[in-house]
Amino acid sequence: MPIIEAQTFSAEVLARFDKELAKYPADQKQSAVIACLSIVQQVHGHISPEGEKGVAQYLGMPVMAVHEVSTFYNMFNLKPVGRFKINVCTNLPCQLRGAQKAIHHLCEKLQVEVGGTTADGLFTLQPGECMGACADAPVLLVNDRSMCSFMSDDKLDQMIDGLRAIAKEQS
Amino acid sequence: MNLDQVLAQFQSSGAKSCFHGRHLEPQIYAGLNGKNWRLKDYEARGGYQALRTILGMHGAEAMTQDHVIATMKESGLRGRGGAGFPTGLKWSFMPRQFPGQKYLVCNSDEGEPGTCKDRDILEFNPHIVIEGMVIAAYAMGISVGYNYIHGEIFQTYDRFEEALEEARAAGYLGEKIMGSTFNFQLHAAHGFGAYICGEETALLESLEGKKGQPRFKPPFPASFGVYGKPTTINNTETFAAVPWIIRNGGPAYLACGKPNNGGTKIFSVSGDVELPGNYEIPMGTSFAKLLELAGGVRGGRQLKAVIPGGSSAPVLPASIMMDISMDYDAIAKAGSMLGSGAVIVMDDTRCMVKSLQRLSAFYMHESCGQCTPCREGTGWLWRIVDRLESGQGKAADMDLLDSVAENIMGRTICALGDAAAMPVRGMLKHFRPEFEHHITHKTCMVPAYI
Repeated sequence: MPIIEAQTFSAEVLARFDKELAKYPADQKQSAVIACLSIVQQVHGHISPEGEKGVAQYLGMPVMAVHEVSTFYNMFNLKPVGRFKINVCTNLPCQLRGAQKAIHHLCEKLQVEVGGTTADGLFTLQPGECMGACADAPVLLVNDRSMCSFMSDDKLDQMIDGLRAIAKEQS
Repeated sequence: MNLDQVLAQFQSSGAKSCFHGRHLEPQIYAGLNGKNWRLKDYEARGGYQALRTILGMHGAEAMTQDHVIATMKESGLRGRGGAGFPTGLKWSFMPRQFPGQKYLVCNSDEGEPGTCKDRDILEFNPHIVIEGMVIAAYAMGISVGYNYIHGEIFQTYDRFEEALEEARAAGYLGEKIMGSTFNFQLHAAHGFGAYICGEETALLESLEGKKGQPRFKPPFPASFGVYGKPTTINNTETFAAVPWIIRNGGPAYLACGKPNNGGTKIFSVSGDVELPGNYEIPMGTSFAKLLELAGGVRGGRQLKAVIPGGSSAPVLPASIMMDISMDYDAIAKAGSMLGSGAVIVMDDTRCMVKSLQRLSAFYMHESCGQCTPCREGTGWLWRIVDRLESGQGKAADMDLLDSVAENIMGRTICALGDAAAMPVRGMLKHFRPEFEHHITHKTCMVPAYI
């Protein structure tokens, strides 16, 4: 059996962990697990077994209890994803206002299947469940934290082109 | 441009969903423009005056806990999250004299398909929720609270954190609030993509850092809540209604709506309307008026059906909807429920089988897996509706669908099982010929375009 080494976190990440931990009673550190895992995902792109172990050690809880959480909540990436993860809401209220068309347009534009990652590793396209923004349909989330609303085909093109330009500039 | 700048171009401004000027007698959304969410703006709108009143800072004596709870009872405010339980009564269940720690929780895990009202409250008027929670904490003798916010709305979570900082700095939160002896600490927490966490006991589990699997009730949260301590949980909109009630009195709030259905209610109107958005209107306003505010059915088409209270509520046909008013009792009498106030409008081109197929897939995906009737039953429901939709259905499937739905209802720990079964039964009750058409003709009765 390979031994999994706990991921080490930067001082900045640890400071963010501390801020979340301070919200809860001293004997209830586990309460911060969702927040800590979401910070790990934001910084490292996904939750690896090493990341789970690192968070478990920080919070003083069993690794399996962390794994139960990371596998239960839909937004955790348990495998690496593209640099930009796009989740398009496809629930009924959004479907009534063009969600299916939006996701189809993205498939064409990115040349990727739903659930897949583009060959250049830039984009992962996924369907999503209700994001609580039904009046703004079609809506999508980029990297968990940025919601984009009223995403017509033109806006989708503009967004993808903008994201590609950022990637190009930084490469 | 950097990443944030690129994505900021597509962030909702609230102009269409909230600042459209088509609310009727609004209380929570009154005077908002997207820029005036900060503490000083809220104070300029009369914010935190209700808190000053209960703490006795207006010359009069402080209000007692009993007085605050009695005012809530008088107002007729009922829980805005979906169940419609009387708020004052819920507050009175809290064991105020319990010597240990007690908790107050705000349920902002807004994920009921069709609902987006709490997001606009938290984003554009966050202090109204904070003030409502401080007043609730005072009334029940609670010193610590959490606002659990839907994981998909991180910008809103960040906004609420910022508002909390403002309130702490101004002395509205923390030790000895406004120079009184009352202490209340309030924190923001967030989910990460689990519909079930909108169920109050699943939310408590999640807040404790666990899988969001609902708890069996009883014991109810008032005796066994967060960390096993007495806890009161209310929806965001419920807390947001509190300051107005304290400022204007219970009877005034009740008078805004109709008997047993006090106040205003925010309806999230989505689907086939010209102007989807949130509409705050007095309880008891007719559906026809709400539809008019939302610009009518899109493209001048005919109204076919409405899901009046979020995807878990049974669908109602246009003929019934156009005759009823939007309040708990009227919608219940018509055979559905007001729920979270999510009004999903469907026009005459919509296929009901395909609509149900999508909803059934959602419930199958979101079942937490704890109870067998829900875990297995939601899969059965989806597979049957899916084969009906694709023209593979058999005549016996109609009875099977009904039977599976019946065997889920009332046999699970939480309401998700019922929420999956009720739309099925509503569809079969009002649109049975469409399902039968799929079996006999292997195709849609209407030119579906979803």
